[in-house]
Amino acid sequence: MENRRIGGVHLSNIGSYEERIEDFNWDIAKDILDWKDGELLNIGAICSDRICSRGDGKKTALIWEGFGDKNARYTFDDLRVYSNGFAKFLSEQGIQPEDRVCIFMDKIPSLYFSFLGVLKLGAIAQPLFSAFGDESLEVRLASAGTRAILTTRKHVRKVRKIKDRLPELKKIIVVEGNPDRLKEGEIFFDVENSPRVEEFDVYHSTPETPSVLHYTSGTTGQPKGALHVHNSIWAQALTTSWVLDLLDDDIYWCTADPGWVTGTSYGIIGPWALGATQCVLDSGFTSSRWYKFIQDNRITVWYSAPTAIRALMKDGNELVSDFDLSSLRNLASVGEPLNAEAVIWSGEVFDGLKFHDTFWQTETGAMMITNYPGMEIRPGSMGKPFPGIKAAVLDLATHEPVDEAGKVGLIAFRPGWPSMFRQYWKQPDTYRSKFVGASENAMPDELRTNPDLWYVSGDRASIDKDGYYWFVGRDDDVINTGGHLVGPFEIESALVEHEAIAEAAAVGKPDKVNMEVVKAFVTLKPGFEPSDDLELDIMNFIRKRLSPLAMPQEIEYRDKLPKTRSGKIVRRYLRAIEWGEEVGDLSSLSDE
Amino acid sequence: MDEMKEVVLEYIVDEYLDEDDEDEVSYDSPLISSGIVDSFSMVSLKRFIENKYSIKLPDEEATPEAFDTVNSICKLVNKHLG
Repeated sequence: MENRRIGGVHLSNIGSYEERIEDFNWDIAKDILDWKDGELLNIGAICSDRICSRGDGKKTALIWEGFGDKNARYTFDDLRVYSNGFAKFLSEQGIQPEDRVCIFMDKIPSLYFSFLGVLKLGAIAQPLFSAFGDESLEVRLASAGTRAILTTRKHVRKVRKIKDRLPELKKIIVVEGNPDRLKEGEIFFDVENSPRVEEFDVYHSTPETPSVLHYTSGTTGQPKGALHVHNSIWAQALTTSWVLDLLDDDIYWCTADPGWVTGTSYGIIGPWALGATQCVLDSGFTSSRWYKFIQDNRITVWYSAPTAIRALMKDGNELVSDFDLSSLRNLASVGEPLNAEAVIWSGEVFDGLKFHDTFWQTETGAMMITNYPGMEIRPGSMGKPFPGIKAAVLDLATHEPVDEAGKVGLIAFRPGWPSMFRQYWKQPDTYRSKFVGASENAMPDELRTNPDLWYVSGDRASIDKDGYYWFVGRDDDVINTGGHLVGPFEIESALVEHEAIAEAAAVGKPDKVNMEVVKAFVTLKPGFEPSDDLELDIMNFIRKRLSPLAMPQEIEYRDKLPKTRSGKIVRRYLRAIEWGEEVGDLSSLSDE
Repeated sequence: MDEMKEVVLEYIVDEYLDEDDEDEVSYDSPLISSGIVDSFSMVSLKRFIENKYSIKLPDEEATPEAFDTVNSICKLVNKHLG
């Protein structure tokens, strides 16, 4: 791991941002990992076997705490052996390279072991957020043609409800709990109580071998699977080193769940590729629990989310002073824009440390625009593009790069960075639609390697005269709630399955803590009347079917919904009202 | 107070736990910090209580700590029932 200390003082791994831009190439990541051409490029092995090979097998890799007094520590040698265990077990179950293996569990240690094990086998890891309801789970497993699912006693019940509609799902594996409570056809595998697997013949992946499939929501249609490859590790490792600034002796905490991309790119791959010690807290959120976790584990680098930071702010400064948080030295944030007040607050309560906002997406696989250690933070700004990333904001009409400071446009990137998603799973047309300048019928491999195109992120921003990016908002109807993207179509489809609902529209409404929360507008079927109890029933219906994130926190009953003359519900009108914005041109709305 | 605790506990068991769940939940069991009820789902629990007791719980008082046990929830509700 790179470690720039001069006279015992750490100056930050990135050093001078300007100098890094001048002499940048992605091979710097290989130098940081002391990587030699010809070595095995497999994320599962790099994050475990390779750290042991360099002599750090006894170093702590994972400090885990669950609810109550549960806790455990694992070395890199444990990571190596337990990931081998999962790889061997899955192989014996007939899982082949490139089969999709869903990992559907809370943040228990087996999640981390199995993720690396799936990759060592050459299969594709498909992590899904364990709070998903059975309908959200089914959509994603059906889309991916998932062959096996690794889950727990708590969550296997959701799998049981849908398994008969998933003909490609051949193996349901429960990794903890009581094996006596399994149903027919389910398999039990507890890696920590199985014989240790010292050797496993790791799959010889190439840079373009698929690795991880993360589902992300869009405005229209069901969620799409963004496919990543083993080559992503270079971007994930380098950004972890330069932005999170990890050193050999750091204790790092990424609060994200690996059901989302932050939890895999920076909660598994980046830090463990560097051989860092990281912490995981698998318990519900309360401010005091989080502060205690930092205090008890002497956490030094903390990567979190604006929603959590605002929730901490809400609980006040006094609570912070009840804990010894002096171990902290670098703070960063991701998921949604970090408001200026939160940046300033962190500086006040964490002894001058301010959160560094970072911008990236499921599709980019790694950080793209960020604030860097040692660089002036402008509270509320996303920062500047990572060295090697060619970014711009494109004019909303012409799609040409904007030169004028402060003018709002679409955030876009030139293709070609290592962690760029390689396709939306079996949706080449949707993939193509993300590129400005793409020729008709261009296939994903042509698109991702064409340096003349722009990949358009779906977010809007402006750039100030000094090159700092400032987030403005989404360019579509996707709802960013608590840092998680939720697709309105998926919510609306589920809403109209409720017995009382005739039509539905879902939009984001402003929220002090979560930035946005879901609000639903509904019309009712004959025989149903608006009531508070019906509202609660609808909320719980969506919570169980989709997820707590997708649950509308407010439902407005309407006699009719605004539609175009062709009958399409106009969400932007409803959203504009919620945000107090201009509703724009309404000439296309139906008079009915 | 005991009747209110029963009502709230029954709602939590019905809505947030599965039939064959092995978790035993009592008036003192942690709900939020244990992960039985997450911060988003807390909104529907709050809505249930507001509907049931015809009160409005201010957001600044409906914190994860205040909603962490049936006992603490009922204490908050009683404060607003006056």
